[in-house]
Amino acid sequence: MTTPASFLTEEMIQKAIGQKSAPRSIDIEKGAIIKFAQAIEDDNPVYNDEQAARDSRYGGLIAPPTFLRSVGVDRPEYPFDMPFTRLLDGGSDWEYFHPIRAGDRITAVAEIADINERTGRMGLMIITSIVVTYRNQFDQVAATQTSTSIRY
Amino acid sequence: MADQVFWDDVEEGTKLPEVVKNPTTQQLVKYAGASGDYYQIHYDQGFAKNNDLEDVILHGALKNAFLGHLVTKWMGPDGYLKRLACQYRGMDIPGTPVTAKGLVTKKYQDQGANLVDCEIWLENENGERTTPGSATVALPSR
Repeated sequence: MTTPASFLTEEMIQKAIGQKSAPRSIDIEKGAIIKFAQAIEDDNPVYNDEQAARDSRYGGLIAPPTFLRSVGVDRPEYPFDMPFTRLLDGGSDWEYFHPIRAGDRITAVAEIADINERTGRMGLMIITSIVVTYRNQFDQVAATQTSTSIRY
Repeated sequence: MADQVFWDDVEEGTKLPEVVKNPTTQQLVKYAGASGDYYQIHYDQGFAKNNDLEDVILHGALKNAFLGHLVTKWMGPDGYLKRLACQYRGMDIPGTPVTAKGLVTKKYQDQGANLVDCEIWLENENGERTTPGSATVALPSR
């Protein structure tokens, strides 16, 4: 397989930065929280046990820190044809401002914060930094997630 | 009830109790369902090999969740997680254990909150840090 030595131009980069996804809203369901906690094998009662969660300072079930991944926010569209189909997740940086509770309605929007290219072991890679902002039904920013996606 | 750690009792260098995970292909399928991430490299070996991978691999976000488990378990019911970050540097495959580890790197106060920064990471059987990261938590004081 041959890959080009370079793909992104300055114009493409400037067009891509700031591109946003359509907002996606979901209701945070108790069952989904419990299922997620079981899948990651975290037995903390505030995610798993309604009674214990009510007795906690949260007064009810809350979601584990990375649960918001399951909102399934759309990716912002690139303003060009992406030459690669393979995708790797480079990492995530979460900031938390309000707990996510069962019964919340969360709206997520993803925005391209940065994009660049690099040549690695698997050839040319396009690296995109995407910031997802998660707002609750009170229009509070509950969390932000900056993730790095690698296409190659 | 879980023990509560207090800011007063923590120092730079304090270690977080380790969390050992033994991910299986079944857990990856459960996580795919719970998270909605159905990318086939996490459960279809043929697909993974076609993508130049040796086997199906753990979801990065699952490893992120393991590190979240490490930190939230340590901080206790009255701790508050403010930031959780990690990078997926190395791949991990199901059937081999990974251990979440961490230590306190900074203890400070900011706007009335008692904070600590931690270095956190996932380590494979060979002692390689496949998933380095960092976290900031607010802890109660005595």
